[in-house]
Amino acid sequence: MARMKFVCDAERCIECNGCVTACKNENEVPWGVNRRRVVTLNDGVPGEKSISVACMHCSDAPCMAVCPVNCFYRTDEGVVLHDKDICIGCGYCSYACPFGAPQFPASGTFGVRGKMDKCTFCAGGPEVNGSEAEFEKYGRNRLAEGKLPACAEMCSTKALLAGDGDVVADIFRNRVVQRGKGAEVWGWGTAYGSKQAGQPPQGAKS
Amino acid sequence: MKRAVATAAIATGLLLSACGERPQVLQSSKSDVPAFQGSVGPFVAPGWKAGDKTSWEQGLKARMQNSQNEYTKLSVAK
Repeated sequence: MARMKFVCDAERCIECNGCVTACKNENEVPWGVNRRRVVTLNDGVPGEKSISVACMHCSDAPCMAVCPVNCFYRTDEGVVLHDKDICIGCGYCSYACPFGAPQFPASGTFGVRGKMDKCTFCAGGPEVNGSEAEFEKYGRNRLAEGKLPACAEMCSTKALLAGDGDVVADIFRNRVVQRGKGAEVWGWGTAYGSKQAGQPPQGAKS
Repeated sequence: MKRAVATAAIATGLLLSACGERPQVLQSSKSDVPAFQGSVGPFVAPGWKAGDKTSWEQGLKARMQNSQNEYTKLSVAK
């Protein structure tokens, strides 16, 4: 299996925040903590785009690199997890993360500026899979139940894809091809510029 | 003479012990049980066998295609 990855299709995301709600409900995330958020660019302007953002489980995770107590670890599937028993709540990871994924609950078990909390790809933590202790600290372990993250499974438009990176890429690539758009949304032209890149599609489905 | 040497040796040993360095190994949990080993919870999805990595992977891939790829349901391409 390849690495577990999230991809959010900005052409499909309708900013319903269903993923945020699903995440909070599934993992019983406390008030003030959002493991996942929907970010909208050019909000209110025609053509605005939204994407759902959480921990991207980076292959070379900067949070892991800067953690002074080495509380992070990566599973065989490429999911970046952390051990809250080791975390000291220093906040270095939140400075290092380009996505603003690390959260710091201001209330609850550990009090003000508590242990770091973030998206676990619904893979729990180091405790026994599916145990009460794991749920209390990290939320549900859906991967060990043979399921995908709740945010992606609850996404109404299937904008948010999660799972094996190869399959996610296949599904997304197939969508782009089916949309009837070409170099302006995918491939060489988008990456390096071309006459078509950035031009509105002509006579194509949206 | 012997007593003086012994005293000096003990004193030197005590003094130098402060210069010793304790191992500073970071405690880190790398002992997470892999997801394919299954869960003790009651909400395990059917169709795969706990402990069988291939079965778990195939189960997840099928779930991805069934729940996230509507083109397979429409029988349009791929």
